[in-house]
Amino acid sequence: MSRDEVHLGGDRFPPTRRSVIDAVASIDAEERERAFEALCAAYWKPIYKYIRLRWNRQADEAQDLTQGFFVEIIERELLEEFDAKKSRLRTYLRICVDSFVSNEVKASRRQKRGGNVPHLALDFAGAEEELGRTVIDPSAIPSAESLEEFFEKEWVRSLFGLAVEELRQLCIARDRDRTFRLFEAYDLEDSEKVSYEQLSKGFAIPVTDVTNALAWARREFRRIALERLHELCGSEEEFQREARATFGWEPK
Amino acid sequence: MKFLSDKALDRLRDAADIPDLTGTRYRLIERVARGGMGVVYVAEDEKLQRRVALKVLDVPGTDGDLAKRLTREALVLARLEHPGIVPVHDVGTLADGRVFYAMKFVQGQRLDQYIEAVASIPDRMRIFLRICDAVAFAHARGVLHRDLKPANIMVGPFGEVLVMDWGLAKLLRGETQSESRVVDPDATIFERPEASREVSAAAETSAATGHGTVMGTPGYMSPEQARGDVEHIDARSDIFSLGALLRFLLTGDSKGTASGETRRPDKALEAICSKAAAPAPGNRYISVQELALDVSRYLDGFAVAAHSESFFEKLMRFYRRYRFFILLIAAYLLMRVLVLFFMHR
Repeated sequence: MSRDEVHLGGDRFPPTRRSVIDAVASIDAEERERAFEALCAAYWKPIYKYIRLRWNRQADEAQDLTQGFFVEIIERELLEEFDAKKSRLRTYLRICVDSFVSNEVKASRRQKRGGNVPHLALDFAGAEEELGRTVIDPSAIPSAESLEEFFEKEWVRSLFGLAVEELRQLCIARDRDRTFRLFEAYDLEDSEKVSYEQLSKGFAIPVTDVTNALAWARREFRRIALERLHELCGSEEEFQREARATFGWEPK
Repeated sequence: MKFLSDKALDRLRDAADIPDLTGTRYRLIERVARGGMGVVYVAEDEKLQRRVALKVLDVPGTDGDLAKRLTREALVLARLEHPGIVPVHDVGTLADGRVFYAMKFVQGQRLDQYIEAVASIPDRMRIFLRICDAVAFAHARGVLHRDLKPANIMVGPFGEVLVMDWGLAKLLRGETQSESRVVDPDATIFERPEASREVSAAAETSAATGHGTVMGTPGYMSPEQARGDVEHIDARSDIFSLGALLRFLLTGDSKGTASGETRRPDKALEAICSKAAAPAPGNRYISVQELALDVSRYLDGFAVAAHSESFFEKLMRFYRRYRFFILLIAAYLLMRVLVLFFMHR
């Protein structure tokens, strides 16, 4: 059996890592650090873009505030106050961001005090470029609802982006570069959707290979995205709710 | 990291939604509905070469409450082999970790849509009797449906009536596992208000049926179900829902309170609905069979147990029941009178 073969009847969704909410309070420093990194990876972009739009801050100022906010999370142990029964983590973080930025004098003081917290290496230039493609008109005054929606969409973009990147690395590790390129061409490109036949011709492989490769890539993408999401939720119930919202699985 | 456009996000959502049927006997055809727990797809069973409906959970995993509930729903359906209950063919876990079950693909209409084309009250009542048959069978097997409503009844192209969506079913006996507290948004479930939590603290102790979570659909849910009074939910809760369903079939409104075009059933039918949907369980029919018997009695022109008739009502019922013979005798007598009249002229 190849390593990519599926195990029917098996549970392919073991929560491989603890929730970041629990892990940031761990006594194990390594686990704490890993949890913090996972949290930053998923949230820094939505938070940065949100600060730029919601608080109308210049890029350099928004960068400082984003860095400062993550320092604040550690210093004030904000995640320990999060109650998964009361709200979703991303709603809680967005409210924390609002409170943090509105009190930025205090925040800048904290940034100065936060010398023992490692400076986060974040690709702000990339985020700024992405922000340029946003559908929200920066000259208009966005409503609270549209900003909330914006934050949610950016969060999904961030989560899916991480999952796609992890899938790419998985494909490289398993010598399945072509699978990722097929996935990229079929599911990630902005242009008109190509058919399996077109892909088959383009890659000079049978259509069945395209079908199988895409089925595998999609399954892995789904698994990775759900695992990351699971990790970023405080409870099983929150995960179920978030999965429905993130993947658009709300009943219609 | 590659920037994902909004279009790419939508495509990825679609990609993640498609169930992975690798290694199964099914070939996906199309999505037909999305429910609270997951999605229903039409698929081709390639071995038996027939269409089936696949109910697939959204979230992967076999340990979660939803997965347990879906599996349980399949097991409940498996023990209910009846022409009025959709048969289950298969249950399992897909390659992507999602629990699914395969059932008969029912092509038809929901009851609320179907009856728009059925104007005759007796025809509507005959549909109701077939629903009663299925529910009575389930009760005999120790299963309560707990979410009977028009949206959960399908009528097939040959008039076959199928009771669907047993996701909230409760096993009255032989239940070995506690029920899930996971709620199904389809069933319009809502948390019991804080104030009532203390009142029914005893009910709270029964983790088996809902942990204080109200399950059911307003308008069709019995008062004890609405209170989350899990200790007192029995066959009579389904009888309440059947009463509301009968009222809906007769008037187009489950509570009989709508104004305007709402039809008003006659007193006997109204009494049947009121008895079935009585607020106190003790005032309802004691079994579905008894309710069905009363409806059959009405259809056959007999007196119903739920209503004590006045002399005039008895007379009218007698007339309706024997209208043909009464008119025949009347015509005969009239003819005799006319013959006698002309003979003696």
